[in-house]
Amino acid sequence: MTAHLKMDKPDTRNRLDHTAQGLIGAGMDRPDGKAKVTGTAAYAFEDQPEGMAHGVLVRANVAKGRLNDIDRDSVLRLPGVLAAMCGPRFLRNPAQGGANEAPVQGSEGIAYLGQPVALVVAETFEQARHAAHMLTLQIDAQEGQTDPDIAGYESPDAKQAQQGDLDRAMKDAATAIDVTYTTPSHNSAAMEPHAAIAEWDQDMLTLRGSYQMLKYNRNELADALGIDPKCVRILAPYVGGGFGSKLGIAPEAVAAALAAHELNRPVGVALTRQQVFEGTMRRSESRQRVRLAADASGKLQGIGHDAYISNLTDEVFSEPVTQATPFIYAGENRVIGHHIARVNRTCAGSVRAPGESIGVTVLENAMDELAHQTGIDPVELRLMNIPDKNPTSGLPFSSHTLAEALTTGRDRFGWDQRNPQPGSTRKGDWLIGMGMASAVRVNILSEARVRVTLMPDGTARVQTDMTDIGTGTYAILTQICAEMLGLPETDVSVSLGDTDHPPGPGSGGSWGASSVGTAAFLACEKIRRELAKKVDADEADLTLKDGMVSYANRQVRLADMIDEEIEIEGHVEPGDTSDDVTQSTYGAHFAEVAVNAVTGETRVQRMLGVFAAGRILNHKTARSQCLGGMTFGLGMALTEELMHDPRDGHIVNRDLAEYHLPVNLDVPQLDVVLLDERDAYANPLQSKGIGELGICGAAAAITNAIFNATGVRVRDYPATLDKVLAGL
Amino acid sequence: MRPFDYTRAQDSAEAARIAGQGATFIAGGTNLLDLMKLEVMTPDHLVDITHLDLNEITQTEAGGLRIGALVTNSDLAADMAVRRGWPLLPKALLSGATGQLRNKATTGGNLLQRTRCYYFYDPDMPCNKREPGSGCAAMGGMNRLHAILGASDACIATHPSDMAVALRALGAHVDLMAEDGSTRTLPLGDLYRLPGDTPEVETNLKPGELITHVVLPAPVHGRQIYRKVRDRASYAFALVSVAAVIDVESGVISQAKLAFGGIAPMPWRMTEIEDFLIGKAPSEDLWEEAADLLLSDARGQGSNDFKIPLARRTLAAVLNEATRGDDQ
Repeated sequence: MTAHLKMDKPDTRNRLDHTAQGLIGAGMDRPDGKAKVTGTAAYAFEDQPEGMAHGVLVRANVAKGRLNDIDRDSVLRLPGVLAAMCGPRFLRNPAQGGANEAPVQGSEGIAYLGQPVALVVAETFEQARHAAHMLTLQIDAQEGQTDPDIAGYESPDAKQAQQGDLDRAMKDAATAIDVTYTTPSHNSAAMEPHAAIAEWDQDMLTLRGSYQMLKYNRNELADALGIDPKCVRILAPYVGGGFGSKLGIAPEAVAAALAAHELNRPVGVALTRQQVFEGTMRRSESRQRVRLAADASGKLQGIGHDAYISNLTDEVFSEPVTQATPFIYAGENRVIGHHIARVNRTCAGSVRAPGESIGVTVLENAMDELAHQTGIDPVELRLMNIPDKNPTSGLPFSSHTLAEALTTGRDRFGWDQRNPQPGSTRKGDWLIGMGMASAVRVNILSEARVRVTLMPDGTARVQTDMTDIGTGTYAILTQICAEMLGLPETDVSVSLGDTDHPPGPGSGGSWGASSVGTAAFLACEKIRRELAKKVDADEADLTLKDGMVSYANRQVRLADMIDEEIEIEGHVEPGDTSDDVTQSTYGAHFAEVAVNAVTGETRVQRMLGVFAAGRILNHKTARSQCLGGMTFGLGMALTEELMHDPRDGHIVNRDLAEYHLPVNLDVPQLDVVLLDERDAYANPLQSKGIGELGICGAAAAITNAIFNATGVRVRDYPATLDKVLAGL
Repeated sequence: MRPFDYTRAQDSAEAARIAGQGATFIAGGTNLLDLMKLEVMTPDHLVDITHLDLNEITQTEAGGLRIGALVTNSDLAADMAVRRGWPLLPKALLSGATGQLRNKATTGGNLLQRTRCYYFYDPDMPCNKREPGSGCAAMGGMNRLHAILGASDACIATHPSDMAVALRALGAHVDLMAEDGSTRTLPLGDLYRLPGDTPEVETNLKPGELITHVVLPAPVHGRQIYRKVRDRASYAFALVSVAAVIDVESGVISQAKLAFGGIAPMPWRMTEIEDFLIGKAPSEDLWEEAADLLLSDARGQGSNDFKIPLARRTLAAVLNEATRGDDQ
């Protein structure tokens, strides 16, 4: 049986406020937590089948060219080496999120330095890695184009938008801001390197892999191999961080499958850390021009946001920098430009909140510049520019919490202690400053299916191909099902990451918890109706708690009510509420920094994030998501940059020593406040996506604080000490 | 990783003898193993020296310390005698790497760690240090970590150690044992070579020669400061570091020992600066002149140009801190 909902109307019932188990929202520990911290959770490359051979990918060492062949003889004589391969089915780069088909294929065409063009397989990893090093590639190098500004930009019509007359508004403005910022390439830098193990049984392929969106990944892999998706099973019960870098099927999976087929034995391919940095998705660098036109009171009359980004040829993804610009602030005149350069650099794709993370950040820097120019307090400036409906589409907002986030944060942070005069607070060698920024991220519901089975013993089993990439899927599905069925959390078992289960939405775009959670909710609701039927009661009159069912002054054990499994597949699809209203999550970031007046080093002293994302399903995992986002914001602000060599575009800093993520000492005490909100348009849980909200705008709070501390406006991210020093 | 032979040496003489036949020493392996995985270093034979009797820190007759080459960075930083007499050294040690790495890394290995030049670590890129004659990709490429002093047209790499910078300021020597069992002592500054035309040769060690000890002279009076400027608060190599031992008597500088990291192919020391400072009263102008001495030959490569003003400012800040309110 199925329980289906197309989300066409708001659901104002607030079911989860009226259930009895009391688990929703609680900071429940992850059911998978113990296995993870004790090292017993088997990640993709840790569940190695008997007889597995090791494959290591070989990179192209030119930015553009043609691979004519590989010299197999140069490695087949080496100890342990089983095969050296390349070919038309190799992937040029990972698939983009939700692609559902293979990306560009073929070893022959080399489009960036670092592209995996061949695979060497050996008995041990060390043998394979050595052979990969020794393999001779026969390459004709060609002239590549690795500098986006020299390559030039295409401006597809569908990605440009204009309303009113921004030029006029800029001319008429009491205060006009016209600034250009740049952000560098980023890598997700997930802790678990990308890996896949392929094993064939006749025509059936089983792939253990580290991927985020299995229902798509299965089709992408099948398409790449030229086989029926029914012949592919992907297992990804644990994923050690994704952040967008594992959305699509990737070169290691296809190479492992091809090698396993040729050698007739399981083959595993894991990326080295260097390969992760040069071969998985980068966030495109961006140049962003922001124009703000304000009247004498500070009200925005116009906003312009032009983004210049890059990608490989034939990639449809382009960093959606301006995603929030149409609706974040009021203003009748608006221009949005989106310009893409085609370059021979590592493929650009989704990295940690694509779009808003860098787009809102730069917009929020420009807002700080406007606040400074006009002398209006930065919080006030934002408050006075919150629109009452979507200023671009005219649609109402499903809910709007930006004002509450801003004022809550202002009070809690002690914003009134900030001296608006830059460079006016000094403690010894340290210049102290405060900055803030709004946070905004679009909310998305995605189609999802979950199977919930109530067992005759009164326990429940939950199955979906949804992944848990460290975000807490196991936890929130346990909570939702335990809550709806009135069970202690230990009586619910959740099985994830298996394409034999009903297809979930995959982890990405912050839609996971709400989408898959709704499908589980629907299944449980139907189970409740089935239970009600058995006792001839109304479902709404049942109270389910601790394995007991109460109705009409009677109470029975749940296990006594059922003699066979009740199995329901919940299925949710987005509907009119995705189109009739603008759904978004909001927040506010506040940061205090100390900048060393001698060296230009910045240390973040404290940071506060206030966030609203509908109903919070698990305060502990939600808070952790926000802490992670804020930490990434800190990295974006101060340290993170993929350095491209100016001559061939290759990524120069390919390890965790030189790609500078923030380390513990960089991260101060982070304070997170989650506002209580119900958004009836979002879904029956009234929850919204929280995974990415924490990074959106976070970096701007820090760089705005640097300006307040020093008077130095760094418009080229990250704000490393040399850039601050130049203005001191 | 390329296959290699492995021998565990029982004593220093055996280790030096085996190394003299072409083997490479391995102790903590915190740098060597990474380089072997990348095949930047491809030794045919490793001689494991971790079982040698070089784990002690002992007093010398001169009032200094003799530090075994296998003393880990963690143990050296925690040693009470070191902390009392040579606090500069623990400060430098603890500013380097991470707790896990310092638990494995040794005193001798720290001195001999290789540069962190990005291109040195990528066998597909030209690098005169890795592959003599192939060129230098860092010039004209990304060179944020690279040298502004002491570099050559063949190589602009820096030496990444913090510990070595402190040892250089403290006037340390290294005790060596050759493959024939003979021993000698070198001032730390003479252990290293500038790149010149042969950046692949980084030290004046003879084939097989083993660092057995680092010897610190008796403590000297003065405030000891290690200031490391880097791209994040921890676990990053120095962009500029300054090690200083400075004393002020009757309003003038009576003791000045200075060494610099992050800016040169070796821990950098210029005694001219120290001689210049001695006998003079602290002042901002004096610091400027000292910085002029340090940086008169400095040359940026593009992405490291900022190190020139940064070194100037950091030196001044350290000298200010070392002399502030100190008029004993």
